[in-house]
Amino acid sequence: MGYQAAVPELYVSGAALGALAVAAAVATLVRGPALAFVYPLSALAAFALGAVDLHALLGGGEWVARLPIGLPGVGLHLRLDALSAFFGIVINGGVLAASVYGMGLDRAKELTPRVEPLFPLFAAAMNLVLIADDAYAFLFSWELMSLASWALVVARHTDPESRRAGYLYLIMAAIGTSALLFAFGGLAGPAGGYGFDTIRAHPPGPLVAALVLAAGLVGCGSKGGLIPLHAWLPLAHPAAPSHVSALMSGVMTKVAIYGFVRIAFDLLGPPAWWWALPPIVLGAVTAVLGLLYAVFDRDLKRVLAYSTIENVGVIFVALGLALAFRANGQEAAAAVAMAAALLHVLNHSWFKSLLFLGAGAVLHATGRRDLEGLGGLIHRMPRTAAFFLVGALAISALPPLNGFVSEWLLFQAVIAAPALPQAALHFASPAIGAMLALAAALAAACFVRVYGIAFLGRPRSVEAARAHEVPMAQQIAMGGLALLCIAGGLFGSVLAAMIAPVLRDLVDSVLPNSGSGPTAFSLIAFDPERSIYDAPVIAFFVAIASLTTLLVVHRLSARRTRLGPAWDCGFPDPSPATQYTASSFAQPLRRVYGAVVFAARETVVMPAPGDARPAQFSVVLVDYAWRVLYAAPSRAVLRLSERLNALQFLSIRRYLVLMFAALVILLSIAVVAI
Amino acid sequence: MTGDLLVQFLAQGAQMFMVLLIAPLAVGVVRRVKARLMRRQGAPLLQGYRDLAKLLRKESVIAENASWLFRSAPSLIFALTWVAAALVPSFASGLMFNWAADVVALVALLGAARALLALAGMDVGTSFGGIGSSREMMIATLAEPAMMLIVLTLAIAAGTTRLAGVADFFIAEPLAVRVSLGLSLVALIIVALAENARIPVDNPVTHLELTMVHEAMILEYSGRHLALIEAASYLKLVLYLSLLICLFAPFGMAPANAGVGGWAIGLLAWSAKLLAGAALLGVWEVSIAKMRVFRLPDFVGIAFVFGFLAILLAFLSRGAFE
Amino acid sequence: MNHAYEISHLLAGVMLVTSFALLYQQRVAAVLNTFAAQSIALALAVAWAAWSQGRPDLFITALIALTLKGIVIPVALHRTVARLGIHREVEKVVGVGVALMVGLALTGLAQALLFKVTHGTASHAREELALALAIILLGFLMMIVRRNAVTQIVGFMSMENGLILAATGARGMPLVVEVSVAFSVLIALFVFAVFVFRIRERFDTIDIEALDRMRGDRR
Repeated sequence: MGYQAAVPELYVSGAALGALAVAAAVATLVRGPALAFVYPLSALAAFALGAVDLHALLGGGEWVARLPIGLPGVGLHLRLDALSAFFGIVINGGVLAASVYGMGLDRAKELTPRVEPLFPLFAAAMNLVLIADDAYAFLFSWELMSLASWALVVARHTDPESRRAGYLYLIMAAIGTSALLFAFGGLAGPAGGYGFDTIRAHPPGPLVAALVLAAGLVGCGSKGGLIPLHAWLPLAHPAAPSHVSALMSGVMTKVAIYGFVRIAFDLLGPPAWWWALPPIVLGAVTAVLGLLYAVFDRDLKRVLAYSTIENVGVIFVALGLALAFRANGQEAAAAVAMAAALLHVLNHSWFKSLLFLGAGAVLHATGRRDLEGLGGLIHRMPRTAAFFLVGALAISALPPLNGFVSEWLLFQAVIAAPALPQAALHFASPAIGAMLALAAALAAACFVRVYGIAFLGRPRSVEAARAHEVPMAQQIAMGGLALLCIAGGLFGSVLAAMIAPVLRDLVDSVLPNSGSGPTAFSLIAFDPERSIYDAPVIAFFVAIASLTTLLVVHRLSARRTRLGPAWDCGFPDPSPATQYTASSFAQPLRRVYGAVVFAARETVVMPAPGDARPAQFSVVLVDYAWRVLYAAPSRAVLRLSERLNALQFLSIRRYLVLMFAALVILLSIAVVAI
Repeated sequence: MTGDLLVQFLAQGAQMFMVLLIAPLAVGVVRRVKARLMRRQGAPLLQGYRDLAKLLRKESVIAENASWLFRSAPSLIFALTWVAAALVPSFASGLMFNWAADVVALVALLGAARALLALAGMDVGTSFGGIGSSREMMIATLAEPAMMLIVLTLAIAAGTTRLAGVADFFIAEPLAVRVSLGLSLVALIIVALAENARIPVDNPVTHLELTMVHEAMILEYSGRHLALIEAASYLKLVLYLSLLICLFAPFGMAPANAGVGGWAIGLLAWSAKLLAGAALLGVWEVSIAKMRVFRLPDFVGIAFVFGFLAILLAFLSRGAFE
Repeated sequence: MNHAYEISHLLAGVMLVTSFALLYQQRVAAVLNTFAAQSIALALAVAWAAWSQGRPDLFITALIALTLKGIVIPVALHRTVARLGIHREVEKVVGVGVALMVGLALTGLAQALLFKVTHGTASHAREELALALAIILLGFLMMIVRRNAVTQIVGFMSMENGLILAATGARGMPLVVEVSVAFSVLIALFVFAVFVFRIRERFDTIDIEALDRMRGDRR
């Protein structure tokens, strides 16, 4: 394999990546409004990269290049195959939207040399992870991506919350990268072939494969926010500026999923059935718990971050099912599960980016992220409200939007799961189905809550009452994503056909051609007799039905409309404080689920009649994952570091003793080893 | 797709209007049965139609701070519910819509209507709207997992998630004594009660009660908007009754290739079963009390447990590991 | 699918459902009624097995189940509860929802286990055994998660119902064994009943946590 750069597509990608690098470099030098050049350039580069990826995905084939940089004698292997191309589309779509949104940032106030240089670097690093074709390149770009995003998280370093988030993120990223290092070490084997093609040619034995899978799950799961490795994510993602949050949540988590897919489906060789269990179990738990966290949180951006965790869990369930089907030779079902995973990756990148950009718009317009201080924004920011509504309905997996397409495919895969011969998977299938349905219903509850509290009702603060619509560029970014959510919902079958090369590579099977169904756009799982979903027909009939209804009602009815004060059962109260709040909306769910999952306790302090003190209501939620997995080890580390700290205050003689002891130990190891 | 496209289209249209036409009557039957059992005279059977006509004639009073969402939600909710209701095979199993969506999509369509209704309930910013919306979404989180389990059981039994396919399967298979199907039936009835805001989950006739759910959400609606929402809730009742009929008592339904004669028989059978189901609902409602809101998890939990047991028993009787 | 199998499956399924109902019930009286229902279902199941398998000796077992556990014991316990003026609510260790979820998991476990262990035997007996094992486990669960002494007795006897169901499913269990099982349970019941009275006399409650004090444990 030589140095093949004769392909024009490679020139385009190289130029685009170079543009991102140059943007990053130049942005470190300039200050102030001049930084604004970063976003148009990033948008152009993302567009070019996305176009190349799309071309690669549709055109088939793969491109390989080896650059003489990096490790001496090894070089840098790059490869763009269908899987990388698909994820490239996901990532560059997100980067494009975030860049367009960035163009609308306030040049005087919102551009800072702490964010703008890192933005293109972050984008370039994510692209590099996808095309890396050896373990060095992969880990290098992965780490570059982590560091760039970490620097973006701590961009507002004066805020102690941001600093804490950055600290936790750094630790988790380090753990994740070391796990991946371990995974690739296992994959390379004693021979030490770190090129992916060498690894593919020599799949590891079952025990090593299990270790690699576990390490890969830790490495990629920690980046994607799989419970119990999630704790950093809801702190770090919201801490960054909103368009960067959109990238981190909508896109970077997809790089994590790419890493898992690359390891589990491509590099590890033919799967064993039990590989499916960890992703399925962790994914299902993550899906439900992620949303329960989200439902009880009051911070708009943190709710979105928790919901990212949920979606990553859903994707992991789909991936696990695909592994299980593939291990049992049920290719058709594996294709359904894999298509569900990939389409959910794409869909989630769209609606989560949209929602984070919308949250950014709300933050920009009101300066508040706390749901309890918002309300009534639909009147002040009508366009943002409309786009956010599309995102909220899409993420709740409601037809005819795009979230439902992948959800539908996933349910079809779950329904096929009882055909698996292994008892564990067999009996787990109803539980998985129930948990996914619970997650879907909770998602609807969560986003009805977010939208209803933030955009509907009456303003709960002065800032919300004075909100204003955001600049045009930001509206275009959100509007474009909203259109994609709608189009992806209607023409999911087209997307499913587009990812066929990826499916063929990963699971040796594709979804049935939509032409075999009754109309050209039916989404079909297995075969048309079994399961079918025809979004355009449904949407068409809903549209016709609502138009007919409107016409008929307008002919029949009095057509008179009078505006008046709200009725509210005869007791309207002008104070916006009488509305339901985000906390009160969550109360029924807290009563039902919180007591079991978070040991929720509600206490009411009600003063006696005549007492002028205010009544108090407080809720305590316990996060077991945090308490067991983070708080206890961090206390232990702290104690250990205090002990070790004492080492800094020893006499010279003692230092010499330590050094001598180390020397002797090393020598004796050498004696034993040689 | 079988048959002539135009005939298919007309038959589908006919079904849509049939469903719409019979819905107020079904609600009338429920109310009438309840009234008679309480030794009241009760409203005439056709009161549902009159209510709708009256609401359409009246002017609509809208709160000053209502948004476009509030105004456009009723027709969308109505349309979504209507299409969903038309998706359930009623008198014939080979209609056009039966090829457009399966039961998973049907549940999701209803979910979309519910989310819109909950949003509309919060639009004006009143405390009652918030109560209704939050409780409605809580109940949905309880009912949807149970529904998923029911779907799974049926899919295991019939090998398809298309409702028409399931109905065809049950028509073709002589209905033996099947424990798992019986359990699914009970589970589906509970889910249906919860989704339709019937006793013991919610009381459709009360107002001004702190336990109300559905009525609290639509408190701000009046006139034609209220008419649409009421009609949507009637349709939803017919939808669930049809679903129960289609899955557990499909006899008489016209098969895919039946002609007009078969459709007529199917129509007759379906209407009779539907009205009988409505009467049974009336009997049920007078014989049980409304539950406290926070007892609901236990009640809807029965549906979940039964749905889960149904699947486990279905595994058993299939001889899972042969 | 033959008829005999369908009906025995149905009756065993009903018994399983009543086991879940036992976990669900919140009142002592309702628990007793549900237990009576389960025992009657058991009697029917055993009678059906006697009829379909042509084993008249099983009719005796059915009769014992019906009279003793379907009528006598529930009525006696009802009276005891009434006489003692015990709390009508069942004291719970965990909530209904959690108990039911654990019950579902146990049922799944029982099935998976039976399918693994009895690979190759006739499938009907296997299913009956799987259901019986699930009922036994649920009875055990009930003894663990309910603190009331009366419900503990019921849980114990529900376990025994599962045992008898298993015995009828597995052909060839002699009547002697059954009779002895039935009598040992009866004796256990007497022991329990005496205990309930003693506990009540001494502690003024039948919450079994109160027994811990007698042992000197601290709650």
